[in-house]
Amino acid sequence: MEIVLNGTPHRLLAQQTVAALVAELNMSDKAIAVAVNRNVIARGRWQEYQLQTHDIVDVVRAIGGG
Amino acid sequence: MSQFTIAGKTYNSRLLVGSGKYKDLDQTRLATEASGADIITVAIRRVNIGQDPNAPSLLDAVPMSRYTILPNTAGCYNAKDAIYTLQLGRELLGGQKLCKLEVLGDEKSLFPNMPETLIAAKTLVAEGFEVMVYCSDDPIQAKMLEDIGCVAVMPLASLIGSGMGILNPWNLALIIERATVPVLVDAGVGTASDAAIAMELGCDGVLMNSAIACAQDPIRMARAMKLAVEAGRQAYLAGRMPKKFAASPSSPMAGRVV
Repeated sequence: MEIVLNGTPHRLLAQQTVAALVAELNMSDKAIAVAVNRNVIARGRWQEYQLQTHDIVDVVRAIGGG
Repeated sequence: MSQFTIAGKTYNSRLLVGSGKYKDLDQTRLATEASGADIITVAIRRVNIGQDPNAPSLLDAVPMSRYTILPNTAGCYNAKDAIYTLQLGRELLGGQKLCKLEVLGDEKSLFPNMPETLIAAKTLVAEGFEVMVYCSDDPIQAKMLEDIGCVAVMPLASLIGSGMGILNPWNLALIIERATVPVLVDAGVGTASDAAIAMELGCDGVLMNSAIACAQDPIRMARAMKLAVEAGRQAYLAGRMPKKFAASPSSPMAGRVV
C-alpha cells in the first residue's frame, strides 16, 4: 500500500503501524512527532495505530529557527 | 540577575534566543551558552526521509535537559497551519504547553497576520497551550491577545531579520503600560544598544536570533546581548534622569581656584 510520507509517496510492504514505520526510518528513539492526516498521534499510541492506504503522514523534528 | 516569570515559571535570563541561521551546531551551542538564555526557540520541520537518523541534531546542541525549548510556528501563514505545527511541537517536547505563536502575513515583510494570529491564539489557549505571541506593535491588538489568555505578548520592534532596531518606542511603551502579562520585543534587534533600549523602555525581555547569528562573531555578540539586556533592565529599574534642554555642571561652583 502507498502512503504520503512528508509530502512524498512512500510504499509500505503491508499493513503497518506508526511504530513500524518509525522503526523502518530508524527513528524510534529520536525526538520526533508523528501526525496522520493532520491528527497528531501520541507516542504512546504508535504501537496500536494502523496506517491506511493513502494516509498522509508527517514526521517532524526540531531544527534551528527563530 | 533579575528573574522573570512566564506562565508561572521563573527564568533567570530575560534574553530569549532563536537557534536558526548559525554556521553549524557547534556555533549554535556556543552562542546559546554565551547568551545565558534559558528559553530557546526552534522550528518544527519535516524529517528528511533517508537522512542519517544518527546525525547530530539541534536538540543535541541545545538539550532539553538544560534549556526550555520553545516550539515556534515560523513559516505559517494561517491559523490552521500554526495550530497544527504547535500540536506537533507539543508532542515532540513531551507535552510541553509553552509555545511561540507566529502567523505571518507575507514573505516580503514577515509582518504578523493579526486576524489569523487572534484566531490561532483563541484555539491554542482553549487547547491548553501557554502562548507567547509574536504580534504587531499595536496596543489594542496586544491587549486583545492578552484578554484571549496569551501568557506573553511579543511585538516586533522592526521587521524580522532586518536588524533595524527599535523603530517605534512609543507604541512599545503604550503596550507595556497597558499589559499585565510580560511584554517581550521579538524581532528587529540589530545590536546591543537596541536590546538595551527595549529593556530601558520597560520590556520584560527580548527575543532575538539574527542579531546574534548574523554577527561577524556570533559568540561574542551573544555575550554582548546578555550584557545589554541586563544593563537595560538595571537602567529601567534605576530610573533614568530626566532629559532637559539646559546644561547642568557636575562640579560645584563654590571653592573654585580661579
